[in-house]
Amino acid sequence: MITFDRTDQSIFGRWWWTVDRWQLGAVALLMFLGTVLITAASPPVAERIGIQDMFYFVERHLMMLVPAIAIMCGVSLLSPRGVRRAALGMFVIALLLVYATLVVGVEIKGARRWIHIPGLSIQPSEFIKPAFAVVAAWLFSLSRTSPGFPGALVSIALYGVTMAGLILQPDLGMTFVVSAVWFTQFFLAGLNIMLVMGLGGLGIAGLFGAYLFLPHVTSRINRFLDPHAGDNYQVNRSMEAFANGGLLGTGPGQGTVKFSLPDSHADFIFAVAGEELGLIFCLFLVALFAFVVLRGFARVFNDTNYFVLLATAGLLIQFGLQAAINMGSALHLMPTKGMTLPFISYGGSSLLALGFGMGMVLALTRKRFGPTE
Amino acid sequence: MKFPPFGLPFRSQSASTAPAPRTTLAAAMEQSRYRLMVTAAVVTTVFATIGVKLVAATLFSQGGEPRQHHALELDSTTTNRADIVDRNGNLLATSLVTQSLYADPKLISRPEEAARKLVSALPELDYKEVYGKLSGDKRFVWLKRNLTPKQQYAVHRLGVPGISFEREERRFYPAGNLTSHVVGFTGVDNNGLAGLEQGFSKRLNEDPATPLQLSIDLRLQHVLRKELTATIQEFSAIGAAGIVYDVRTGEVMAMTSLPDFDPQDPTGLNPDTLFNRATLGVYEMGSTFKIFNSALALDSGKIRVSDTFDAVHPIKIGRFTINDYHSLHRALTVAEVFQHSSNLGSVRMVQLIGIAAQRAFMAKMGFMRPTALELPENGWPLAPNPWREVNSMTISFGHGISVSPMHTVAAAASVINGGVFHPPTILRRQPGAEIPGEQVVSRQTSDMMRRMFRFVVADGTGKSAGVKGYVVGGKTGTADKQKGRHYQKNSRMSSFLGAFPMHDPRYIVYVLVDEPKATAKTYGYATGGWVAAPAVGRIIKQIGPLLDVPTVDENAPEILNATFLNAAGSTNWAQQAPNAPSSAAPPPPKGSTVASFPTPAKPR
Repeated sequence: MITFDRTDQSIFGRWWWTVDRWQLGAVALLMFLGTVLITAASPPVAERIGIQDMFYFVERHLMMLVPAIAIMCGVSLLSPRGVRRAALGMFVIALLLVYATLVVGVEIKGARRWIHIPGLSIQPSEFIKPAFAVVAAWLFSLSRTSPGFPGALVSIALYGVTMAGLILQPDLGMTFVVSAVWFTQFFLAGLNIMLVMGLGGLGIAGLFGAYLFLPHVTSRINRFLDPHAGDNYQVNRSMEAFANGGLLGTGPGQGTVKFSLPDSHADFIFAVAGEELGLIFCLFLVALFAFVVLRGFARVFNDTNYFVLLATAGLLIQFGLQAAINMGSALHLMPTKGMTLPFISYGGSSLLALGFGMGMVLALTRKRFGPTE
Repeated sequence: MKFPPFGLPFRSQSASTAPAPRTTLAAAMEQSRYRLMVTAAVVTTVFATIGVKLVAATLFSQGGEPRQHHALELDSTTTNRADIVDRNGNLLATSLVTQSLYADPKLISRPEEAARKLVSALPELDYKEVYGKLSGDKRFVWLKRNLTPKQQYAVHRLGVPGISFEREERRFYPAGNLTSHVVGFTGVDNNGLAGLEQGFSKRLNEDPATPLQLSIDLRLQHVLRKELTATIQEFSAIGAAGIVYDVRTGEVMAMTSLPDFDPQDPTGLNPDTLFNRATLGVYEMGSTFKIFNSALALDSGKIRVSDTFDAVHPIKIGRFTINDYHSLHRALTVAEVFQHSSNLGSVRMVQLIGIAAQRAFMAKMGFMRPTALELPENGWPLAPNPWREVNSMTISFGHGISVSPMHTVAAAASVINGGVFHPPTILRRQPGAEIPGEQVVSRQTSDMMRRMFRFVVADGTGKSAGVKGYVVGGKTGTADKQKGRHYQKNSRMSSFLGAFPMHDPRYIVYVLVDEPKATAKTYGYATGGWVAAPAVGRIIKQIGPLLDVPTVDENAPEILNATFLNAAGSTNWAQQAPNAPSSAAPPPPKGSTVASFPTPAKPR
């Protein structure tokens, strides 16, 4: 490993000694485990959808992992101010692209979420998640630091615009995650406790409304509540995979669930992990995700920069929520919802956006001396 | 501290009224840190929940959610014909879905090639016949019915155009030969052609969902058939019939006629194997008929069991002479007439009763028409008309009237069960349902008949049917067979009608052996007592436990009270010396039991 002298004042030297190396290590470990699991889970998927090269998804994943790491490291070099600017720029571009998908997007399974650029498909809503979390944190902190600036109102307005774009696509999973993160940030920023309850109620009403008026949501939730109501094929197979794996798993590559689950390399990769690597590995994975979130929380707990606290919390909650939804779906703790397992699942846009988001977390949790504003 | 609407400052005026910005920010950050801890607690809880569920799903899921088996869904199992099951629900007949192969010759352009291919896939087909069918100008020809899935696959693989499959059903008989005469069989279009399949054909097709439950018990059926087969082999007989019968309900518990057949493939068989000796065959029953003669005599009130009859002097009527083969040369009581099966005694008894009363009694016993049994194979008895004196005499010892074994068993049941005649049935009577019945003899008569049955096995021609503990009783029968107008000396029907337990009769076991040949072991005899009685004993020994009949001490006072009878006609066992039962009339040695068997005077 390259070492840097404590007194090294170069950009990399300063970065190395100020960055949260435990956090960095945890993310690197997640990336490594993700690559291993995709190598195990994706060849049957490639075979099933008729791709000649059985390692197609592995190659694609590695191809996206390199820029994702580059983005993460690059972004982690930024100062909080730089993070804010990058997020703002990203937010504006991603928001425009989200609205662009409504016009030029490719419709897949009834939703317009993707924009095809030669050689690459981009899902702009993935990028809006971390960007909006940072922008919202900035607005909330501004209302404290610059008295007179209506931060909360602007934040509400931007939230509304973002929601409209996501609902029109429609992308309910993303809508839910963005809403939950924004709401938590609002809560952290000192939202009146009565309003916390009121908005919480509104969120539940929103979910209930989706259940009543969106047929595919109705069906998903019904199937979750009553396992005999309809086709629970994916979840049933997933639960069988965990049972089959047991304490130590069947061994890497020895599982069978990947042959029967369509999304075994993405939404149900956790089931492949459960079957092939077993309970101990899965518990380690859960602990690793929890570590990343709580470690970040601890780093910013005593930070004097209000923006840093809100932005880091928002980014980490988004990261943790996404992991929890993915693992909860595979374990039949909640209705199935297409959501990638951060850094583990296959998914190009998701990986780049995660690199961007985690880069910002690393940037914000770096040790700073003196006021940075 | 008073919070503005959202809890955080919106406008400049709120800032102007609030404390200094630095303090506001510090307070806000303090609150945010507190709330961040709450959030961290929630995050920890969520991940802990996932961990717990992970442990549950991985290690403890076996008992929780049953694994779903994604089995191939077969064609729905509903068929158009009901199953037939035994009294315990064992499957005796069921329908399987099969595919039948047919062709539309108009669509076949090259019949030679098609025929050649079909014969290669189904070697049992004949090339010339198939070619003839395929080159005809009909629009529909059957090529083969009821293909197995393997055969269907082989034909599919040929890729011959113009041939097709039609869903059909085929009857399948899991018990095979064991119940062949009971269940019968169906033709290629599933219409019943014999047995219950014929008798209940309409019912089976109209209510396919409800199985037809029989009174037959497959286990008893097996014992019966096994012992009959052994008896046929031992005595080189040409056939046999057997019935196990519930005397309290009239249910046929087992019924076999040998030789039998495979109901799966009854075509091309010897008609003899399709003939049901137990219900369709009518025979002169010989001495077993003395059961009814004795019941008639006792029930008339004119004759008591201790009354004696002349068994010394032959009776001449017209050109016939009736005699006892081995006469004891003395007068015999009614009990002794039954015990030694004396023809002369029997005739003298009925002479006292009268012809009309005898005829009326035989009608009450059901010997004038087919039994109520639900099988289409239900024989008409051959009864004399007019019923003359000579007929009356021969009928008293079982000749001159032919009835089926089922007739005999049903009537004998009424004689020993307290006097109630139940119509025989092969369908299971539902528990609690009323059993039809008619009082045909008095309870006292029935009580005495039970003692006479027991007397024959305890000390008479039926000793070899005895099974320790089951208090068996019964009556032997041997009848020479008539061929043309004459009786054959060495061609006879030997039978034994056994019942148990005699203190409280529950079941009759009847065995009839057709043309048994004597063996060295039987000292040249092939009579009912030598051939059929041992078989009945072996059957009772095996089925007694299956029928839950408790064994008892046959010499216990309460059993003797209910079953004792001696040669003098006394039922008081306490007066007898230890060897008493044999003191009144020394029993002949075993070989001489035949002496009292009905031996028609020539030509009789």
